[in-house]
Amino acid sequence: MLMTVNQATATSVERNAVVEARQLGLTFQTNDGPVRALSDVNLTINKGEFVSFIGPSGCGKTTFLRVIADLEQPTEGTISINGMTPEQARQARAYGYVFQAAALFPWRTIENNVGLPLEIIGLSKAEQQARIKRTMDLVNLTGFEKKYPWQLSGGMQQRASIARALAFDADLLLMDEPFGALDEIVRDHLNEQLLRLWRQTNKTICFVTHSIPEAVYLSTRIVVMSPRPGRVTDVIESTLPAERPLDIRESPEFLAIAARVRDGLRAGHSYED
Amino acid sequence: MDRLRDRVFPVVAILLVIVAAWYAFAVYMNAPFQRDLDRRAGLTPGTVEFIGKTLSQPKPTMPAPHQVAQNFFENTFLRKVTSARSLVYHSWVTLSSTLLGFTFGTALGILIAVGIVHVIALDRSLMPWIIASQTIPILAVAPMIIVVLAAIGVTGLIPKALISTYLSFFPVAVGMVKGLRSPDLMHLDLMHTYNASKSQTFWKLRVPASVPFLFASMKVAVAASLVGAIVGELPTGAVAGIGAKLLAGSYYSQTIDMWAALVAGSVVAALLVVLVGFVGRLVERSMGGRPA
Repeated sequence: MLMTVNQATATSVERNAVVEARQLGLTFQTNDGPVRALSDVNLTINKGEFVSFIGPSGCGKTTFLRVIADLEQPTEGTISINGMTPEQARQARAYGYVFQAAALFPWRTIENNVGLPLEIIGLSKAEQQARIKRTMDLVNLTGFEKKYPWQLSGGMQQRASIARALAFDADLLLMDEPFGALDEIVRDHLNEQLLRLWRQTNKTICFVTHSIPEAVYLSTRIVVMSPRPGRVTDVIESTLPAERPLDIRESPEFLAIAARVRDGLRAGHSYED
Repeated sequence: MDRLRDRVFPVVAILLVIVAAWYAFAVYMNAPFQRDLDRRAGLTPGTVEFIGKTLSQPKPTMPAPHQVAQNFFENTFLRKVTSARSLVYHSWVTLSSTLLGFTFGTALGILIAVGIVHVIALDRSLMPWIIASQTIPILAVAPMIIVVLAAIGVTGLIPKALISTYLSFFPVAVGMVKGLRSPDLMHLDLMHTYNASKSQTFWKLRVPASVPFLFASMKVAVAASLVGAIVGELPTGAVAGIGAKLLAGSYYSQTIDMWAALVAGSVVAALLVVLVGFVGRLVERSMGGRPA
């Protein structure tokens, strides 16, 4: 194990890799027998990339994200995060995780929710305040510090949860369908803000979605996955410019990439019953 | 105005039905004895007079509401609170052991719940015993507790309070186990991604999430505590307390006194439940609860 980590460190430095998965596989033991959630995943995510994972439900995209976060243990292959094992990376607080729902604590004000990870890390009160202020600014929630979650709309709650993931300033942001439960208009708005935030902070983002336009609009790279067993069927480099206004989604270039994603999904039998 | 229509009116309507039924029942229950009295005295009263007599017996089988109300009023407001006839005095005696037992019971319940949630061995072994403890009739256990404790020199308030504890730890333990396990998986995963320690997860997530469960079970527990305190007074030969008052009333067929003591007991119970509910709402509000 130590060997693998050391080797991974060596290669990581060369390639500037944040996440490196080799022949990664995960089999869940369920009551109906084993289920292969991930099979033979080889993927390198480099610093500063915005990588989307797209595929139908059951393709293992969320599972892969959870493996990175040390919320699931792989049963085959290796994975390293910044040259560390997922567990070490978690202990080093190497990533922030945004869940499908905002998952704010209802008994905490927004600022105290954002400050939760900072309390757990044990930063000084002054440092906590400074970081809370900075991240609340970043997600445009200034003025809502003293509100409770139920007083905010769904979109604002999800922004608060992003602020919470950003608060302790990890370089890697893992986002699991964060806008899946929001309506189209709010979603467009948040997509725009997320892109701006990504450019400002220069973070590496892994983003799980099942929306093709969302994946194409946000990503520098799109990983297409397919189910039974969950595997990577295509990896698409985006040719879109870094500056992306919302109406870029009507451009021929955008549509061409979207078509390729759809082809990738079809090739993985994602449209079959 | 809405409050009057939606809350007060329905409650008052039910109260009136109960009082009416009570009067009818009192007449029915007291009639045989009254007929007996009249026969011996050679009286033949009219219906209205007869009903009036059944409702004003000094030691009726079933006291009428106004008799109980009058007795309750006299013994609550017209006596010195230090008088042995004052219901305030007896309520206070019972209340003090109720509160002590309730405090013990809540603490014990929380402690047990924390143990069950954190120690797998306790989780597997303790629950059946806790449930079994509540199937034993408290009336059978109470005298034994009193006798055993008296034998080792513990008398007075504590034995009575322990019977309250016995009844009140149960709802708190069950409620808190549920409450401490109420955080959903996403919140627990979130704490895991922060590499939060067990105690951080406990204090920052499990405890605040369990607060609504705590107050819901404390409402049940405080009422059970009062029952425990009253039951605890019966076998101890206690000279004071609502239980003692009930027992004395039954020795001397002072049915009106007994009913007045019962009313005092239910008033205390209602006040305690309302008080716990009120504190619960205050805490909920301070924790950002949405005003209902």
